[in-house]
Amino acid sequence: MARAAKSTKKPAPSRAAQDSNAQDLDFVLHSLQEEHEKTGRYGASVEEMLHFYEQMLLIRRFEEKAGQLYGLGLIGGFCHLYIGQEAVAVGLQSALTDGLDSVITGYRDHGHMLAYGIDPKAIMAELTGRQAGISHGKGGSMHMFSSEHKFYGGHGIVGAQVSLGGGLAMAHKYREDGGFCLAYFGDGAANQGQVYETFNMASLWNLPIVFVIENNGYAMGTAVKRGSAETEFHRRGTAFRIPGMDVNGMDVLEVRGAAEIAFKHVRDGKGPVLMELNTYRYRGHSMSDPAKYRTREEVQDVREHKDPIEGLKKLLLEQGQTEEDLKAIDKRIRAVVTEAADFSESSPEPAPAELYTDVLVGEY
Amino acid sequence: MARMSADLTEDDIPVSQLEASSRRMNMIEAINDALDIMLSHDPSVIVMGEDVGYFGGVFRATAGLQAKYGKTRVFDTPISECGIIGAAVGMGAYGLRPVPEIQFADYIYPGIDQLISEAARLRYRSAGEFIAPLTVRSPFGGGIFGGQTHSQSPEAIFTHVAGLKTVIPATPRDAKGLLIAAIEDNDPVIFFEPKRIYNGPFSGYYDKPVEPWKNHPDSEVPEGYYRIPLGKARVARSGDAMTILTYGTMVHVAQAVCQAKGVDAEILDLRTLVPLDVEAVENSVQKTGKCLVVHEATRTSGFGAELAALVQERCFYHLEAPVERVTGFDTPYPHSLEWAYFPGPVRIGDAIDKLLEA
Ligand SMILES: Cc1ncc(C[n+]2csc(CCOP(=O)(O)OP(=O)(O)O)c2C)c(N)n1
Repeated sequence: MARAAKSTKKPAPSRAAQDSNAQDLDFVLHSLQEEHEKTGRYGASVEEMLHFYEQMLLIRRFEEKAGQLYGLGLIGGFCHLYIGQEAVAVGLQSALTDGLDSVITGYRDHGHMLAYGIDPKAIMAELTGRQAGISHGKGGSMHMFSSEHKFYGGHGIVGAQVSLGGGLAMAHKYREDGGFCLAYFGDGAANQGQVYETFNMASLWNLPIVFVIENNGYAMGTAVKRGSAETEFHRRGTAFRIPGMDVNGMDVLEVRGAAEIAFKHVRDGKGPVLMELNTYRYRGHSMSDPAKYRTREEVQDVREHKDPIEGLKKLLLEQGQTEEDLKAIDKRIRAVVTEAADFSESSPEPAPAELYTDVLVGEY
Repeated sequence: MARMSADLTEDDIPVSQLEASSRRMNMIEAINDALDIMLSHDPSVIVMGEDVGYFGGVFRATAGLQAKYGKTRVFDTPISECGIIGAAVGMGAYGLRPVPEIQFADYIYPGIDQLISEAARLRYRSAGEFIAPLTVRSPFGGGIFGGQTHSQSPEAIFTHVAGLKTVIPATPRDAKGLLIAAIEDNDPVIFFEPKRIYNGPFSGYYDKPVEPWKNHPDSEVPEGYYRIPLGKARVARSGDAMTILTYGTMVHVAQAVCQAKGVDAEILDLRTLVPLDVEAVENSVQKTGKCLVVHEATRTSGFGAELAALVQERCFYHLEAPVERVTGFDTPYPHSLEWAYFPGPVRIGDAIDKLLEA
């Protein structure tokens, strides 16, 4: 074995260096994936399943409503919906320790916030640009934050959040708080150079971070195969000795099962993990994208055969829940979303003086 | 098909083209036409960028070009601005003429090192042996509810860098002629397209219906090849009351304000910030004795500061009042309150009044 032969020539690594994957010559890159394939789905109780169902439904109904408000002109500019991808945020974030672990993502951020329990009213009011919005209407759909939930945003620049995530992980480690960072990005973002700078640093310094590539098949109008040389995104950490996992992002229990394995690895101080979550967005890239680069049939096929909410619904029915039980949840969720929408329409716009607040600290 | 109107000088267009016919176009069509012509004229021209090939660009500026010229000459890139611009510099050094698109000016920053440290300096540090003849096209500016990552006007970052040219058209006719000139230019050109006026000359009166380009004389775009030289300003409106120095979307806003107020101002559409038509600026301000600078970009260290300094250096003894500036506020571009932020007719009107009273 070439690697073993080579390793005998190397001097014994120093103590500090042993902290890092880069020096661990027995490192097995695919062990997490093997474990994931062995354990598969998370063994959720019915209660947990109902909770996942409710959260996914909240995201879907919220996004449908946001789409409607956009159509009515109440939401302007750029608005990226998460419909189809609900199982990713819900499955992963349900395994986080609230108030300890940090989350950061790109501009398709409504779902991640809702999965974290952030008030739908404050999110919707941000979309409509109102003072009561979570960023006082100045950030909009793509730029939302919550220190309470350690949600470090919503970022409009593709890929930039990945480096920031590396910094969050560095701070978790420095403070020895036991938390880690969950850093989401897209298949398109995975081609930004700074992602790989961050991979290297995260592995070199053994940072507590889980990189999550939400592979929904498209970066705007560019299908994965037209923009990426390596389309098996979970392999992209290999050069940096970051173990990868290939996960079905349309099945919330499988997502949660994978999260258990990945998060344990990171919490045990073994360094970063790269998860590829295979998913699909049903709507256009943003509200202004008619999505002509793919066929209707392709979308229809995913909706009919892989939908994360329908999939869980089937399981719940098998477990003895009735259609009526699930309808009651839907009704409750619709009321929450309607309330958020009403709030977002009726609350006032920020005062013009708000333009000059929070540019720099203090007087400006 | 109409004859092209005659205010392009013989300098601007080869004489053989002056008799050419013309066609109504919006700014997107004019840009597409320029790219089409350059791709067909010069095999070293390459069009590349995110979603530009198969999809035809998010604003459709490259629609149909991949089908016509093939994937070797018009192609999609990954989302890698640093890599895109860096590759374009290398391609340029090896004799190609790449025209990379950066989808929004707000995304040019990951590539800025390649623009400043490489593209702008290659000629100088190789004593002219190597050049970087790339043209970076990028939609810029606000007024489209884009918030902070789809609305910025970062032109002054580039005008501050020696070795780069910065071009900003304000009409379809100029967009085509300037883009052809930029692509043929042997230096790196940042070509910022005011996206608010892609489909019509926005007046700044945001509550009025949008005018399409077809009602505007400068949508009459000559067919075929022509170039508008870099470094020549255009008189968008001639007048005596004051000089308004501006570019891009704000040319049309300033025009609308002058019309609404009945002010006889001279509006100079700068067209290219670097190289700047200093002579045109000087002549106009010396004639009118008053100067207002208007741009969307933030105020501090904006291009208006450079213009104001130039005007006082060159026209001080002709000035009857201090130079006025109407600009974006020194804040990030907000999601909400866009029309409070946008330096629209009210703020321009106030500045005009102040100068008239001076
Ligand atoms: C630096 C930068 N370049 C380009 C863009 C424009 N843009 C916004 S989203 C996007 C596609 C990203 O696709 P992906 O990472 O797969 O995420 P998805 O939208 O599918 O969730 C592009 C090109 C941007 N916002 N930032």
